[in-house]
Amino acid sequence: MKDSFGTVTVKATMLVIAALLLFAPFLFQDIRALEVAARICIFIVLVASFDLLIGYTGIVSFAHTMFFGFGAYGSAIALKQMGPGWDAVAAGTIAGIAVSLVVATAIGLVSLRVKAIFFAMITLAAASVVLVLASQLSQVTGGEDGITYRTPELFKTATKLAVDEDGKVLRWFGVKLNGKLAAYYFVFATSLLLFLLMLRITVSPFGTVLKAIRENEARAEAIGYRVVAYRTFVFCLSAVVASLAGSVYAIWLKYTGPDTALSFAIMIDILLMVVIGGMGTMWGAVIGAVLMVMAQYYLRDLMGAASEAVASVGVPFLPELLAPDRWLLWLGVIFILLVYFFPRGIAGTLMAKGIRK
Amino acid sequence: MNVLLSIRDMKTSIGQYHVLHGVTFDVREGGVFVLLGRNGAGKTTTLRSIMGLWQPSPASITFKGQNIAGMTTADIARLGIAYVPENMGIFGGLTVQENLILATTKGRFDQIRLRRIYELFPALEQFWSKQAWALSGGQKQMLAVARAIIEPRDLILVDEPTKGLAPSIVAAMGEAFREIALTTTILLVEQNFNFARSLGRDMAVIDDGHVVHRGTMADFAADSDLQGKLLGLSA
Amino acid sequence: MDTISDTLGRFGGVYLLPLALGAVAFILMGAPSSWVTLTIAGLAMGMMVFLMASGLSLVFGLMDVLNFGHSAFISFGAFVAASILAGLSGWLEGGWFLASAALALALLGSIAFGLAAGLFFETVIIRPVYRDHLRQILITMGALIVSEQLILAIWGGTPFTVARPTFLEGAWIIGDVSIEIYRVFAFVLGLSVFVGLMLLLNRTRIGLLIRAGVENREMVESLGFKINRLFIGVFMLGSALAALGGAMWAGYETLITPALGGEMMIVVFIVVIIGGLGSIEGTLLGAIIVGLTANYVGFLAPKLALASNMILMMAILMWRPSGLKPAVK
Repeated sequence: MKDSFGTVTVKATMLVIAALLLFAPFLFQDIRALEVAARICIFIVLVASFDLLIGYTGIVSFAHTMFFGFGAYGSAIALKQMGPGWDAVAAGTIAGIAVSLVVATAIGLVSLRVKAIFFAMITLAAASVVLVLASQLSQVTGGEDGITYRTPELFKTATKLAVDEDGKVLRWFGVKLNGKLAAYYFVFATSLLLFLLMLRITVSPFGTVLKAIRENEARAEAIGYRVVAYRTFVFCLSAVVASLAGSVYAIWLKYTGPDTALSFAIMIDILLMVVIGGMGTMWGAVIGAVLMVMAQYYLRDLMGAASEAVASVGVPFLPELLAPDRWLLWLGVIFILLVYFFPRGIAGTLMAKGIRK
Repeated sequence: MNVLLSIRDMKTSIGQYHVLHGVTFDVREGGVFVLLGRNGAGKTTTLRSIMGLWQPSPASITFKGQNIAGMTTADIARLGIAYVPENMGIFGGLTVQENLILATTKGRFDQIRLRRIYELFPALEQFWSKQAWALSGGQKQMLAVARAIIEPRDLILVDEPTKGLAPSIVAAMGEAFREIALTTTILLVEQNFNFARSLGRDMAVIDDGHVVHRGTMADFAADSDLQGKLLGLSA
Repeated sequence: MDTISDTLGRFGGVYLLPLALGAVAFILMGAPSSWVTLTIAGLAMGMMVFLMASGLSLVFGLMDVLNFGHSAFISFGAFVAASILAGLSGWLEGGWFLASAALALALLGSIAFGLAAGLFFETVIIRPVYRDHLRQILITMGALIVSEQLILAIWGGTPFTVARPTFLEGAWIIGDVSIEIYRVFAFVLGLSVFVGLMLLLNRTRIGLLIRAGVENREMVESLGFKINRLFIGVFMLGSALAALGGAMWAGYETLITPALGGEMMIVVFIVVIIGGLGSIEGTLLGAIIVGLTANYVGFLAPKLALASNMILMMAILMWRPSGLKPAVK
């Protein structure tokens, strides 16, 4: 089968994004740009793992951030308690995965057995309970303030990966070869690996079964696939990947708190990314994550500037609507319009173009 | 005799599946018209398309001279068509009385029609205030048919009324249909050929979404080769 | 296989749950006066949650529509009522009659807002995505985000103090039991709405249609009724009840924030799942159980208060996958 024009476009975009992320430290030499690049990497994995669930099985979970948070808090608590060693990283990551697996299995078995629509409600309830627990158990989680901690020696900004003759940090194309760079490539490599793994799963026979279930649940059941088992498995799988992404993000940020790892705002971000990018394509996750993270970092500033500009001219009411605090209002409106008019998102709409019938 | 319902090249798709590929037949006023065919041939889809529960191709159904394809189910029902679905569509949480009163247009019973229903199905009078889920299968079927005739209708669509019923109840049901057919036209979908033969005047056979045979029941009943060919019945 | 009498016994059985819950709590607490206070608090909370949840349950039962934006009606109801009371603060101090009038206006205002918002929501947001659960969940979620942001934009993020008539302040002291008057008021109002709903459903033709529609939508249409019109009516009614529930809750909490709707939504979901979607009796049962549990556990083991409802829901789902008293389908 020859790829359609739209598919070629999407795949070419993927290559460009991958290249930009790979060379990000050299292309955009400021701290903020590197933050953006790392966040994009993490969110690509997070959104792709959510897409595995919503796009390939058609069930909606509102607890994806919860699993992300399990991973992040796992690493954070371990690094805080055990000190900045690789043993702590391993222990925290594994603990996060274990908790995610247990909770996902419990939720999956109770609610997927019943009715898919219950699933959305139950995951929402579970996520909010965990959010409240995290702020209540402040001795362990740091409550609303979160936890700051040190990460392994290798990722410290002061660490020199290579030195020149004077004993200073070696520079390549003007970029310091320090621990920050190592940390970024750690994030990049794990994200790439996890994404490729998920991509591999979607094109495997297992992925084909998932698509069959999504298209026609009753028929898949009649053919003999155990729909509940498949769904629970995918739910667990996506939970584990989200948890891993959380652990990696915790190592990168050296801080974990409700706002970075657990809040409902992140869940909304994930939903927006997957819908904007396109459900059920995997590529959509990449496009959605890139666009949304960029918008979060740069469009909000623009809104603030626009709001001030309008206010200085003296237009009533508009400044209030354009204030950066109203960011979510506009996202919500865009989200609704997208679901109405472009339910397949950017990737899905593009890939459907130019398909010869 | 006048044509009451006329179906011309009706095509219906459910999702991405094309179920009816062009169904054509006429139902004359009065009597029982039987639609025969194997499982999955498209009989139920035909009835549901007439009722507007699936969307058929435009301008393919004419009822009393009016094009009803594309109208809403409620509007179609108000023109005088009643539907007795295969699963009977009884409201189990409602009593027998509530099930029937819901089917009246004004919310109260016409005592003459009610008496006629009691005569046709005495069990309904007996279980008048019982919740419908507690009725037996045969009683539920009686309630479903009663609901279709509690108001005067021109056409009743009935989907496999004898399915899973005991022979004695099937016989009673046959009697009831014979009487109803004196005043109302019935379009009956049936797998039970003996039951269909005893009632039908005109008939059609549907297979794989097409009408493959049209004629009178008397001719069809006499032609065992044709029956074998179209329905897989052994002579 | 269950016999009919078995089934009947079990159906009667689930109504005993709140009683059993009360008895267990009584034994664990060993303090009759706190038990009475908490039981009344639980019943009052249950009734307010019932108001919020009944519409969601009916709407789902009738049209298979799950509205994640339902909590927006709760929040708006609370803020509309609070604003009306704030605007009429002079009346609240102007004697019994004026204070009652202000309260009535506040509650009616939130109901009117709920009706209008429900009409808008049904026709603009929900109508295009009937029968598409995935998009329904996403779109109603989007609508919830927008509504919450609108509340933030209109009323701001700081807590809003709710004025209430003096005759609802304070408590009756009977022996060593203290009973807050507002709780009794909330309970009585909720109970009246429940009775009204039961009368509507069981004694009127519209109610008959709703009950039939919950069971089998297609058949109601085949009998010649336009179910979409019925659905708009039910949706508006449900939204108005949610707004009324929010207004009552605002008076109960006396200090409200825009997060109110979201917090109550979790409780509402748990209630309709426990009770069984689509049935008013089930919703009342679920609401009473959740209200009592929240208050008892809040007293016995405060740290467990939120998780207790979650555990309760999981346990009930294991036992009865469709809830305690689902609508007949």
